Amino acid sequence: MNSLRRTLLGALALTVLKPFAALAAWNNDAFGAKSAQDALKGIGATGAAPSKDIVIEAPQIAENGAVVPIEITSNIPGTTSIAVVIEKNPFPLAGKFDFTQSALPYVKLNVKMGETSDVRVVATAAGRHYAATKEIKVTIGGCGG
Amino acid sequence: MKRLSLLLALAFCVPAPAQDAKKEIQKYQQMIADGSPVELFEIGGEELWKKPQGPKKVSLEKCDLGRGAGVVKGAYARLPRYFKDADRVMDLESRLLYCMSMLQGRSAEEATKRVFGNQDTPSEMEYLSAYIAGQSRGEKMAPGTTHAKEKEAFALGEKLFFHRAGPWDFSCASCHGEENKRIRMQDLPVLSKPAAARPVVATWPAYRVSNSQFKTMQWRINDCYRQMRMPEPVFASEATIAVNLFLAATGKGEPYRGPGTKR
Amino acid sequence: MAGPMKMRATLAGGNTEVRVLMTHPMTTAQSGQPLHFIQTVTVKQNGKPVLEAQTSQAVSRNPVFSFRLKGGAKGDKIEVSWLDNKGESNRIEGVVA
Repeated sequence: MNSLRRTLLGALALTVLKPFAALAAWNNDAFGAKSAQDALKGIGATGAAPSKDIVIEAPQIAENGAVVPIEITSNIPGTTSIAVVIEKNPFPLAGKFDFTQSALPYVKLNVKMGETSDVRVVATAAGRHYAATKEIKVTIGGCGG
Repeated sequence: MKRLSLLLALAFCVPAPAQDAKKEIQKYQQMIADGSPVELFEIGGEELWKKPQGPKKVSLEKCDLGRGAGVVKGAYARLPRYFKDADRVMDLESRLLYCMSMLQGRSAEEATKRVFGNQDTPSEMEYLSAYIAGQSRGEKMAPGTTHAKEKEAFALGEKLFFHRAGPWDFSCASCHGEENKRIRMQDLPVLSKPAAARPVVATWPAYRVSNSQFKTMQWRINDCYRQMRMPEPVFASEATIAVNLFLAATGKGEPYRGPGTKR
Repeated sequence: MAGPMKMRATLAGGNTEVRVLMTHPMTTAQSGQPLHFIQTVTVKQNGKPVLEAQTSQAVSRNPVFSFRLKGGAKGDKIEVSWLDNKGESNRIEGVVA
């Protein structure tokens, strides 16, 4: 398959704080929470029911905690939001992704993990919350060179 | 990350056999390589290649990396090699220094002032290495092995590979000379054997996710010497080029996969 | 000062795959240096915001994100922008290949 890739480099833009019109304010409380419970409370996603319809694709072992790749798909119909919580991180909430009708409830991202921990993904659909968990072991690799 | 705590040794905590660990680590390596910051370094390198610099205000675009002036495609896979104009064997970085001097009029002092960068500010060499190496994707590794000076360099590199020195009496072979050895979770390839050397030379230089640095071959070799507690080699010295040639030649024939992404 | 971004948007299985690479230190509180990290990422498809992310210092340095948009066609305009805690921002535009 011939995929013609055209990319444009973003221009350097240093702007004074002026949020884009559509943005929700960054959730200080949730991101500042020091426990997974408080973080989820902060985004109003407590009481999640375990679900097998959230797929977390990630290695069981990360060679280094600085970059841990996680790929998430929610197969729950009507998913509008996915939150990623790293239980043992000092600030467990790593990210929250909000999808309009035009986006699929899917994201791949790289996160920092301070140590081996459960990674909990909470999906929200029609006001209800669902969760799946995966443990990722964090190691320090090689000889550092 | 400074406070990266905890090395989990699978042998102690989880009864998973070694094979599973290997598979999961491979998955990790695959996932981090898919969409790596390496591409940003390649872009930065191309810009630097075309940027007029030095007293002569000239870009590097006429630099001969071995395939003719300005030919970048496939050049990295054919390094290190002998260059007639300099009458010596050169690797990528020494050749870049040569062009910086000859074409751009830059002094050796200025051009080597900051050859190794850091996570916030990569050095020129890192960007240029990424770009030039990236242009050899798919090419078979074919460093110079026939010229008399190339043979000499190979022999020197091989000797250095096995030469024990320093306070720990280490050689490259101390870590990379025996099968089935590892440091923490990383398997150590026996780099003096083609089968192990091939996938290695096919994926360096590389971006290290653990410190967000793009490690060029000169930097990687420098680090090896540091880890062996040996005196720091001079940048682009005959010794480092020789070791580089020894590794590249041992891994020759392997299709180059492009700058790698490593832990 | 914002460093380079790169984006690739392609059609796959009837949907639009967007992969974006960003240059950013994503400095954490633990590092002892001032906190500096991307807080929001916005994805637009043909000018319309379709995905919004709020991110933390736990996202890795030089973030790489992959997103998927429903449907889509060659030539669709995709824009990804970010805003960090210091008010710095960057943006990239591209077309679906």
